[in-house]
Amino acid sequence: MALDLEQIRRVARLARITVNEAEARASAEQLNGVMDLIAQMQAVDTTGIAPMSHALDVVQRLRADVVSETDQRSAYQAIAPAVEAGLYLVPKVIE
Amino acid sequence: MIDASLATLAAALAAKQVSSLELTQAFLARIAALNGTFNAFVTVATEQALAEARAADARIAAGESGPLLGVPIAHKDIFCTQGLPTTCGSKMLANFVSPYDAHVVTQLRRAGAVMLGKCNMDEFAMGSSNETSFFGPVRNPWRQAAVPGGSSGGSAAAVAARMVPAATGTDTGGSIRQPAAFSGISGLKPTYGVCSRYGMVAFASSLDQAGPMARSAEDLATLLGAMAGFDPRDSTSLERPTENYARHFGQSLSGLRIGLPREYFSEGVDPAVASAVREAVRWFESQGARTIEVTLPNTQLSVPCYYVLAPAEASSNLSRFDGVRYGHRARQYDDLAAMYANSRAEGFGAEVKRRILIGTYVLSQGYYDAYYLQAQKLRRLVANDFAQAFTQCDLILGPTAPSTAFDLGSKNGDPVQMYLNDIFTIAVNLAGLPGMSIPCGFDTRGLPIGLQIIGNYFAESQMLAAAHAYQQATDWHQRTPTEVAL
Repeated sequence: MALDLEQIRRVARLARITVNEAEARASAEQLNGVMDLIAQMQAVDTTGIAPMSHALDVVQRLRADVVSETDQRSAYQAIAPAVEAGLYLVPKVIE
Repeated sequence: MIDASLATLAAALAAKQVSSLELTQAFLARIAALNGTFNAFVTVATEQALAEARAADARIAAGESGPLLGVPIAHKDIFCTQGLPTTCGSKMLANFVSPYDAHVVTQLRRAGAVMLGKCNMDEFAMGSSNETSFFGPVRNPWRQAAVPGGSSGGSAAAVAARMVPAATGTDTGGSIRQPAAFSGISGLKPTYGVCSRYGMVAFASSLDQAGPMARSAEDLATLLGAMAGFDPRDSTSLERPTENYARHFGQSLSGLRIGLPREYFSEGVDPAVASAVREAVRWFESQGARTIEVTLPNTQLSVPCYYVLAPAEASSNLSRFDGVRYGHRARQYDDLAAMYANSRAEGFGAEVKRRILIGTYVLSQGYYDAYYLQAQKLRRLVANDFAQAFTQCDLILGPTAPSTAFDLGSKNGDPVQMYLNDIFTIAVNLAGLPGMSIPCGFDTRGLPIGLQIIGNYFAESQMLAAAHAYQQATDWHQRTPTEVAL
């Protein structure tokens, strides 16, 4: 199925990517080319096939419930765009 | 020394015929001379490399030895390297300095390898030509107008041009094997879970796997030995005993069963590629290997299957880039939502945005079953194809890519044409199998051709032994790129 401009705008909103009108129009053709490629999958009858979510059939490993991480806050905040008093700064969320 | 194998370099270092500092300076000089043309390195870590070389020389002087001690290498710029930039080929991470080392980086550091720098790549490893990098395309050492392949294009070009003896890469849908083929080097994607993903920027976590890129199978075995191993920090890292990946070298190929998938020798393959691959198959037959035609009927469908699953996982993985904790933050925004959306619009390039949008769409309400679930079921069929084939054969041989390296700008206007280039590599990632590419000839324009060897789960040592035997009898892997003087 083809993606129209409204759907592209909706998906871009969900993906948190600003897309202006010109960009939406320019990307429509290429996105629909990819969606046509993807549509080839629909021709296959997969009734009764178990979905494969992972390459290997392994069980999720559990670790012991002990502290393993040390405080790295200053190292991680050193590369943040905006911090103050150990906190990450973002625009005001609550009025 | 520029042209020597890792084994030769290690022997020369151990015998004190050359110091790690001298080797490091020689390769840094090559990078300085050639990188302006090929753009294979995004970061050259001159000072750190010289310090690491001196430390390696001290270890050698103290009587230590090892296959990688003092040997220069490079990392794809997807691996975090503490204190150095890790850009992942993106504007989003152009100013990101890694707070820690990736597991693979730690392993190679411990082995005493000297890291010369970080190699260019397609943005977030999304591409097959290295043209999506924010830092510009990499040029192929065999033909400057051609792409080196992708996404590990910088690693491939750097090794091919003898700017470094070996490098790391990652392979989500062919990103080690296809650039190895296009650039005339050897590259191996291990079984999923063999190398830890810790500190490797995530693209599609159920498919991503790190691996070595070098000039020969012998060098790949050495590097993989250092890179592989259990790491509790990656929840999908496998707890397996360490292996000597060269342990089968020298064994006879007599009786080896080689599967030739009908779908890999179809009309879509460039005649020069098909003929070089068939010639390589004949060499294996001459050594007593038996060839069996096998079938991988879902090969064609692996492409659409992959282009649902990989973008779906990418859309989730790349949601972490929000301009809050690290990475690019837009200058202009009115509120938090606009800050996220503008930062991501500015920080990501066109191909990355395209894949995020597709991934978001196929996971969105009302479309999940038709796309994502259907793709996961197809993934099972693709894996079943291989399981069936490996009941009849030990290794599968075929072309790595349907063509040799294409020219810069010739495919980047049409994503679907670019995606179809990965038709012979993608299925291996979907199944989680190991695959490798080694040089097996040249086309009429002098561009290298890659022979793909696919093994069953954990058959790396068997694949490497077959590749090594072939490289003992042929010299394709020793040819020097025409655009580079030694």
